[in-house]
Amino acid sequence: MKFINYLEKVSNVGIMGIVSLLIFVLFFTVMLTWVFRTKKKDLQEISRIPLDN
Amino acid sequence: MQVEKFYYDNKIVKAFGLATILFGVVGMLAGLWVAIQIYYPESSLNLAATTFGRLRPLHTNAIIFAFVGNASFAGIYYSLQRLCKARLFSDKLSWIHFWGWQAIIAAAAITLLMGKTTGKEYAELEWPIDIAITLIWVVFGINMFGTILKRRERHLYVAIWFYIATWVTVAMLHIVNSIEIPVSALKSYSWYAGVQDALVQWWYGHNAVAFFLTTPVLGLMYYFLPKAANRPVYSYRLSIIHFWALIFIYIWAGPHHLLYTALPDWAQSLGVVFSVMLIAPSWGGMLNGLFTLRGAWDKVREDPVLKFMVVAITCYGMSTFEGPMLSLKNVNAISHFSDWTIAHVHIGGLGWNGFLAFSILYYMIPKMWGTNLYSKKLATNHFWLGTIGIILYAVPMYWAGFEQSLMWKQFTPEGQLKYEFLQTVTNIKPMYIARSIGGALYLVGALMMVYNIYKTIASGKFIANEAAEAAPLVKGEHAKKEYWHRVIERKPVTMLVLSLVLVAIGGLVQMIPTFLVKSNVPTIASVKPYTPLELQGRDIYIREGCYTCHSQMIRPFRDEVKRYGEYSKAGEFVYDHPFQWGSKRTGPDLAREGGKRNDSWHYIHMYDPRAMSPGSLMPKYEWLLRNKLDVSSTPAKIRAMKTLGVPYPDGYDKIANDDLAKQAESIVANIKKENEKINVTPDKEVVALIAYLQRLGRDIQAEPKKQPIAENK
Repeated sequence: MKFINYLEKVSNVGIMGIVSLLIFVLFFTVMLTWVFRTKKKDLQEISRIPLDN
Repeated sequence: MQVEKFYYDNKIVKAFGLATILFGVVGMLAGLWVAIQIYYPESSLNLAATTFGRLRPLHTNAIIFAFVGNASFAGIYYSLQRLCKARLFSDKLSWIHFWGWQAIIAAAAITLLMGKTTGKEYAELEWPIDIAITLIWVVFGINMFGTILKRRERHLYVAIWFYIATWVTVAMLHIVNSIEIPVSALKSYSWYAGVQDALVQWWYGHNAVAFFLTTPVLGLMYYFLPKAANRPVYSYRLSIIHFWALIFIYIWAGPHHLLYTALPDWAQSLGVVFSVMLIAPSWGGMLNGLFTLRGAWDKVREDPVLKFMVVAITCYGMSTFEGPMLSLKNVNAISHFSDWTIAHVHIGGLGWNGFLAFSILYYMIPKMWGTNLYSKKLATNHFWLGTIGIILYAVPMYWAGFEQSLMWKQFTPEGQLKYEFLQTVTNIKPMYIARSIGGALYLVGALMMVYNIYKTIASGKFIANEAAEAAPLVKGEHAKKEYWHRVIERKPVTMLVLSLVLVAIGGLVQMIPTFLVKSNVPTIASVKPYTPLELQGRDIYIREGCYTCHSQMIRPFRDEVKRYGEYSKAGEFVYDHPFQWGSKRTGPDLAREGGKRNDSWHYIHMYDPRAMSPGSLMPKYEWLLRNKLDVSSTPAKIRAMKTLGVPYPDGYDKIANDDLAKQAESIVANIKKENEKINVTPDKEVVALIAYLQRLGRDIQAEPKKQPIAENK
């Protein structure tokens, strides 16, 4: 029932730091690629949605 | 293509809107009351229910969940229908959501005033209410996703992304932080203890600000600002970056609430780094909002809705700049535990949340009643009164925080602390008075809005079902090859899953190592579980909300070690379900209160704090001297603690009350020995509280002297 001590001997816990950094860099790369590859026309069209009703 | 006719449901928006106004006023009144109590403790009326420690959680919960919550629901239901070109998924679910939420608020108000609290800030509500919140939140989710799925607009506008992220993240935060073990119908213990409890709590607390007070309100900004200004948002591209970067980074920043505490250093640093990065998306969002008004600033002069929005967005920018600054360790060393934090949250609360809520009310209500606002002039006056109120609130609090914190740290040339704690409090009393005047002005402004809206409603006719028409979506219309990103942003369920994955990552990275690596919480051999009487006393401490004014966390600073004693170690809190580190010192730290004063001092101090510390701002706790301690709960409490891993011997629950009685007798004997005039019996609540206070921080004194406290890593 106790939370502490469960994975006391978790192997390679040090890898978490590297994985976190990778996730971080990957996330921003993917997001910025997405945003900047989208055509301006499409974005303008979507940004007008609130004004259409 | 055939256009379809349908109707927007304004009735549910009206209900949530009116609830916003009602609970806004109630929450602000409670806030004003506690603000006055700080410098005039007698205004607590000496009643348990209306004393600071119980009323302050009522204020925070009312503002967060009742005022901002209802405002967000009103705005979300109004904008979601229009952005999806569809009526809400189910009228029945809408009303279950509405009445369920109001019932939760009512239950919260009653239980908090009764002292039923988990003792974790902004998550104070007890377990049955936690379950109710979960259920109603699911209802809200089904209703929202149902609406999104039956929409007539192919694209999901960015506001809806913010709503989706709000829903999924709040669900996650609420469930993880509310895991607790029930002891009775209205009492539970947090599943986590000490450092871990603190980490989970502030991961929750910080992200409740992010995903209950920020993302839904940003969604509202992205809908209502373009509407009110009648122009699209400045940069839609920026709004996409704003969204993804914000939800990704926000979730990692929680540990900045625990700088210099016993939390492991790596977790503190993680919190700092991500907090600093948060400036980028937050300011991206603020600039996106303000730039939307480029070339339209003349409208701001005319339109109260835009006036409120401009100040709201500016306050968003200010507090999201200040937040990262406060999370720098050197700044935090000064700001933390002081009124600076209070000023910071009120820039967010009064400015960002309050003003944005006012602006959407001023926008929606005339529209839904098919009329114009009764008086623009009155609304403008509300705006100015509110703005001046915010300034008059915040400036004295910044001043007080800074001044008090520096006074704490002052030493005389001889190396003694220059000021008593009490001196640093009484010194800032004028600031507290000024703050309550600022709050009062803000409240008067809100009351002007109530009148204005009442007159507006009286002059119009409510449009319960607003007619609209749009062509239905046809499947496969976009047959030509598309970029994958356009596909994603059309798929709400994918968005939901992606958002959940993103926000889960940050939480997991922080929590898994803290839970799983033993060296993160070094154990200390001399730290033992609380005795039954101390445990009961601790529950009284929690019930009375002592943590709203007293911390139990000595930071490793020269002045704190000198004032309070040895700095706090992670291993000292392993049996604290929940942790009680606190976040504000209106009173001194209590982490090593044990043994500093004698039992009779505490007894008289509870009866009348000013009898022992002239000028003290602490309320009287007379009822603790009268109330009989309920010992029937002891066995269940011991069993619950045992389940959570606290090492009481087997079968101890059956004999715990014997030990409790013995300890109570000895405390009473002590009190009588110290002061024979005091007539106290061992069955009173105050005895248990004294037992707890006298235990605080004493365990490590039993460690062998003349060597550093051994931490078994």
